[in-house]
Amino acid sequence: MTPESKNPSSMPDGLFSSREDLKEVARRLRRRIVTIIGKAGSGHPGGSLSAVEIVTALYWRVLRHKPSDPRWPDRDRFILSKGHAAPVLYTALAECGYFPIAELDTLRQLDSRLQGHADCCVTPGVETSTGSLGQGLSFAIGAALAGRLDSRGYRVYALLSDGECDEGQTWEAAMSAAHFKVDNLTAVIDNNGLQLSGRVRDIMNLDPLGKKWEAFGWQVSEVDGHDINQLLDALEKAKNVKGQPAVIIAHTIKGKGVSFMENNVDFHGKAPNAKELELALKELA
Amino acid sequence: MVEEVSLRETYGKVLVELGRENPDIVVLDADLSPSTMTGYFMKEFPQRFFEVGIAEQNMIGIAAGLAASGKIPFASTFAVFAPGRCFDQIRVSVAQSKLNVKIVVTHAGVTVGEDGATHEALEDLSLICSLPGFTVIVPADAIETAQAIRAVAAHFGPCYVRLCRPKLPLVYSPDYRFDIGKAVQLRPGGDVTVIAIGVMVTQGLQAAAELEKEGIDCRVINMPTLKPLDEQSIIKAARETGAIVTAEEHQEYGGLGSAVARVVARTSPVPMEFVAVKDTFGGSGKPEQLLAKYGLTARDIAGAIRKVIERKG
Ligand SMILES: Cc1ncc(C[n+]2csc(CCOP(=O)(O)OP(=O)(O)O)c2C)c(N)n1
Ligand SMILES: [Mg+2]
Repeated sequence: MTPESKNPSSMPDGLFSSREDLKEVARRLRRRIVTIIGKAGSGHPGGSLSAVEIVTALYWRVLRHKPSDPRWPDRDRFILSKGHAAPVLYTALAECGYFPIAELDTLRQLDSRLQGHADCCVTPGVETSTGSLGQGLSFAIGAALAGRLDSRGYRVYALLSDGECDEGQTWEAAMSAAHFKVDNLTAVIDNNGLQLSGRVRDIMNLDPLGKKWEAFGWQVSEVDGHDINQLLDALEKAKNVKGQPAVIIAHTIKGKGVSFMENNVDFHGKAPNAKELELALKELA
Repeated sequence: MVEEVSLRETYGKVLVELGRENPDIVVLDADLSPSTMTGYFMKEFPQRFFEVGIAEQNMIGIAAGLAASGKIPFASTFAVFAPGRCFDQIRVSVAQSKLNVKIVVTHAGVTVGEDGATHEALEDLSLICSLPGFTVIVPADAIETAQAIRAVAAHFGPCYVRLCRPKLPLVYSPDYRFDIGKAVQLRPGGDVTVIAIGVMVTQGLQAAAELEKEGIDCRVINMPTLKPLDEQSIIKAARETGAIVTAEEHQEYGGLGSAVARVVARTSPVPMEFVAVKDTFGGSGKPEQLLAKYGLTARDIAGAIRKVIERKG
C-alpha cells in the first residue's frame, strides 16, 4: 500500500469538488509519485514532480469532471501530452476516485491498468495514449473542435513539456489552433528547463518561448508553476479569452520537492532506490 | 471498351452524400483537397471541413481528438504522406488509442506517373498493416470505392483506404456488394489462382483471359480487404487450384503477397509467385510505362502463372 490512502471519491453531485487544502494535496501527490516510481523501479520522477501543482489546480479546482463517469460527454478534457509524466496523472486520478488508490502500486507491472506511459484503452480518466512527445496538442485541438461543433460547453486542457516544443508537430498544432480560433482550449507548458539529456537552453534553445507562442496567435501568460494561486488565476483568465487559444507558461523546477532530484537531469527517468526513497519521503513529510 | 471512372472523384462525391446523411462526418485535408477530392465536401460543409495546411502529423492528431469526442473524421492526403509522414502519429494517437479515424489516401503506387519516386507510395500497405486493429482496404474500381467508403464510415475503428490517381476500368456492376473482410471471386478456375488488389485486378483478369487460349483454367480473386484478410478464400484457392499468384502495385515486401503467403504456408503450402515491385523505388513516366517497367502488367502476371504451374509439377 502507498501511504495516506484517503479516497474522496463519492461527491454528492457527481462532480469532483473537493475543497481540500491544495498544498496538502500537492504534498500527498508528491509522496505517492516517488513511492510508486520507487516501487516500480523505473519511471520519470522529475517531470512528474514539476507538474504537481498544475495537475492539482486543474483536477481539484478547475476541471468539471465526474470520476464515477470518466466518459461523461460534457466533461472538461485533460490531455497529458508529456506522457512520461503518467505518475502525476495516475496519482491525481486515483485520489479523485477514478480507480482505487491501492492500484497505484501496480504501476508498470504486467497487465496493470497503469502502463508506463498513459494508455487510454486501459486507464479510466486517460483521454488519449501519449508517450510519443509532441502529439497531445493536436489531439486537444480535435477534442476542442468537436466540442464546438456539438455546442458542448466543455473546455480542453493540454499539459505540454518544454522539451516537446522541439517537435515540429507542436508548432503545426499551435498554428492551427489559432487559425481555427479555438478558444475552448488552454495549453499549459511545464517549463522546467530540462529535457532528457540536459538543459533545454543547451539542447535546443526555445527562447523567447512566450514571444513564439504569441507570434503563433496565442494569448500568453507566465506564472510560477508551483504557486497554485497564480496558476488558478491564470487558468481562470484563460477561460475568458475569446477568439484565440490560451497558453500558460508555468515556470517550474524539475524534480520539485525532493532536494536531490531538483534541477537534476539524472532524475528525469530514473527511479529512486530504497535509500533515496526514504530520504525523499522524509523531505516530503 | 469498359467505362473508366476515377476512384478519388467517387470518394469525394460519396463523402458529400455521407455528410448529408450523418452530421458527425467531418473531413480533414493537408492542402491537397483538389487532388484527393475532399474539396466537394469542403464546399458543401465548410463548418465540418478542416484544412490544416501542409501538416500531416497535426492532421492525424486533430482527427484523433475529433474521433475521441464522437466525430467520424475522414483525413486525406497522398499515400506517400500517410502513413509515411505521420506513421508515429497514426500508431500512437489512432491505432493504440483504438480511435474511429478514417484515413483515405490517394495517388498510391507507380500509376502516379510523372511525379516520380518521391510521390509513389509502394510501402504504405506494409506500414499500415503492421498496426494492430487497422482495417485496410484497396478498392479495384469506382463502384467498389463508393461502397468501401460507406463501409468504413459505418464500421467503428481505424481504417485505411488506398486509392490511385488514374481512372480505372469498372470491374463491377452497380449491384455489386462489398463487405469488409470478404474476397470476391471474379472468375472461376481450377488450375491456378490469381489474387489481386487495386490496379492489378483488371490486369489479372486480362492475364486469365489470355491464358485460357493456352488451356490454362485460371481463377481470379479480388482481395479488396487486406486486413482483416479473408483466409478462407485463400485456403480454398490453395486446396482447389494448387498454385497461387499474387499481384499488387506495392513492394513485394510486406504487402498482399506476404499476407497471402503467411496463410498458405500455415494451412496448405502450394507454389506461389509474386507480382509486385521488387525492392526498388518508382520513377517518372506515364502510368502504363511505369507498370511495364516495374513488372506490373497482365503479361507479367501471365508469366508468373506459367512459372507457378510449372512448379506445380
Ligand atoms: C517523440 C519522442 N522522442 C523522444 C522521446 C524520449 N523522451 C522521453 S522524455 C524526453 C524529454 C523530456 O523532457 P521534457 O520533454 O522537457 O519533459 P519534462 O522535463 O517535463 O520531463 C524524451 C526526449 C519521446 N518520448 N518521444
Ligand atoms: Mg522539461
